[in-house]
Amino acid sequence: MRFRGLIFANLFRKKVRLILTIGSFAVALFLFAFLAVVRDAFNRGADVAGADRLVVIDRVSIINLIPLKYRDQILQIPGVKCITHNNWFGGVYQDEKNFFPQFVIDPENQRQVFPELIVPDDQWNTFLKDRTGAIAGAKTAERFHWKIGDRIPIKTTLYGGGSWEFTLDGIYHGKDPKDDETQFWFQWDYFEERIPQVIKGQIGWYVLRVNNPDDAVGVAKAIDEKFANSPNETKTETESAFAAGWVKQFGNIQFLIMTIGSVVFFTLLLVTGNTMAISVRERTSELAVLKAIGYSGRAILFFVLAESLVIALIGGLLGLGLALLAVPALAKALNGMLPGLVLAPSILLMGLVAALAVGIISGFLPGINAMRMRVVNALRRV
Amino acid sequence: MIRVDGPSNSNSLIQVRGLNKTYTRGGEQIQVLQGLHLDVDKGDFVAFMGPSGSGKTTLLNLLGGLDVPSAGSITVDGDEITHMSGSKLTQWRARHVGFIFQMYNLIPVLTAYQNVELPLLLTKLSTAERRKHVETALGVVGLADRMHHYPRQLSGGQEQRVTIARAIVSDPTFLLCDEPTGDLDRRSAGEIMQLIEELVSKYGKTVLMVTHDPLIAARAHTTLHLDKGVLVEAHKLEQGALAGGAA
Repeated sequence: MRFRGLIFANLFRKKVRLILTIGSFAVALFLFAFLAVVRDAFNRGADVAGADRLVVIDRVSIINLIPLKYRDQILQIPGVKCITHNNWFGGVYQDEKNFFPQFVIDPENQRQVFPELIVPDDQWNTFLKDRTGAIAGAKTAERFHWKIGDRIPIKTTLYGGGSWEFTLDGIYHGKDPKDDETQFWFQWDYFEERIPQVIKGQIGWYVLRVNNPDDAVGVAKAIDEKFANSPNETKTETESAFAAGWVKQFGNIQFLIMTIGSVVFFTLLLVTGNTMAISVRERTSELAVLKAIGYSGRAILFFVLAESLVIALIGGLLGLGLALLAVPALAKALNGMLPGLVLAPSILLMGLVAALAVGIISGFLPGINAMRMRVVNALRRV
Repeated sequence: MIRVDGPSNSNSLIQVRGLNKTYTRGGEQIQVLQGLHLDVDKGDFVAFMGPSGSGKTTLLNLLGGLDVPSAGSITVDGDEITHMSGSKLTQWRARHVGFIFQMYNLIPVLTAYQNVELPLLLTKLSTAERRKHVETALGVVGLADRMHHYPRQLSGGQEQRVTIARAIVSDPTFLLCDEPTGDLDRRSAGEIMQLIEELVSKYGKTVLMVTHDPLIAARAHTTLHLDKGVLVEAHKLEQGALAGGAA
């Protein structure tokens, strides 16, 4: 491109200003990517939720347990395909910093209800035969360098306390990169055997699949009606609604992130637009000379836009690059507290597009002014 | 040969007929040029003089296609430029006009070589061809050894030489010089004028120059005075002055 020299020479005219403008782009894009990653992580549960899955919890709170005996009654409701149940274990592996979610599972039905979390058959069969066996998500296994056969002690202050020993029989992987691979599962029978008498026969929540996702609302209603006016009334909702409700407990994350993101981008637009306007104004006479010697108004507009686009591109890439480094570091620092903290290619692409859009918008107005500038007037000002 | 006395059938390079330029300022109409006629042949060197506000620069802008007249026509080498569209006029300027400004107006972040190359970037010339043209132009102005210097590393006279190289690099039909020595000391001004004279005598360039300095104007083939928007040849002005004095 024969005008490259001219564009880059103009870009580097004021190095400090260039660095600061690129820096403001980089910070904004870093923030954008970072916020988008956090928002995605909070919403991930809703994103990966099965359309045909329902979650049944106690009507008052998820921390209240519900009877295991409900399982057979729920299975009799028309439209229910299969059901499993889980309990939250809340144990600590070696140190409290080493957080990962541990669930008590119903091995008979787990794979039917969560087919996207894949355990190799041989490992699963070993697990079924091993009362103290456990299955770990690939990320958790990798994080603690666990291998099949390792003994894993987990302490808990719930369920009578003490240290629970497990044998790692298998490692599961998600079908989709978004699937949560941080969970740790162990068997209901082992759990039921060790917990205090007073909470035996009680589970945390049910997860079930329906035959037809279109019937999900009707099935949910039927379940809740069935247990209405019982000692443990239920609240049944789709898995995505359940996940969204979970996120809402932290406040309106989506709104917060959108607000911060919008303010950042609007500020960036003002900063860059102002910088480009000053830069063009400083060069009025030079641009007038270019027009005098035969450069068209469109060429002048192109130069201004090219400059702001290069700034946007470099700043954007820098910011997104920083986010690429920072997000895994944050994920590591959080020790799995927020699974799915991943900078997806779609976020990178969106960030880059947003940066270029800001580049174009901020360069457009000064560019148009430069394009329309009358050479005679501009030269008279010199 | 320069004529300012009205329509003729000449085949002059530049033909100006009935040129008017009126500005509106604060609701008031200001007539800068009034029915001006001018014929300039190829290879002529014309200096325009006159008091401030007499319309010298306005005339130069109109001749260079930087401004449009209120009435009248300008024909250059057979092309009537007064009715050209903005984009056509831009292309015409690139092909036919070389501008030399008082303040040099070089781009400070580009080297002398890059500044001179600017008009050629609009042509289809290859990099090697552009290099050849730029080196030739810088050679003509005596700055072949300074081509990689930035304007800030050059003296005023040298900067103006680079401007001249930029003006001639695309071999335009004519050169327009607006106070080319106005910002230079006497010695540098003399050198620049010698260079412009060479462009006329050695390379056959047509030059139209605006100046305030009678000594600089005296180096042109013809000096024209603009007075109240009307062009008068220098010797006729003197005759008029003498006649007025005798009366």
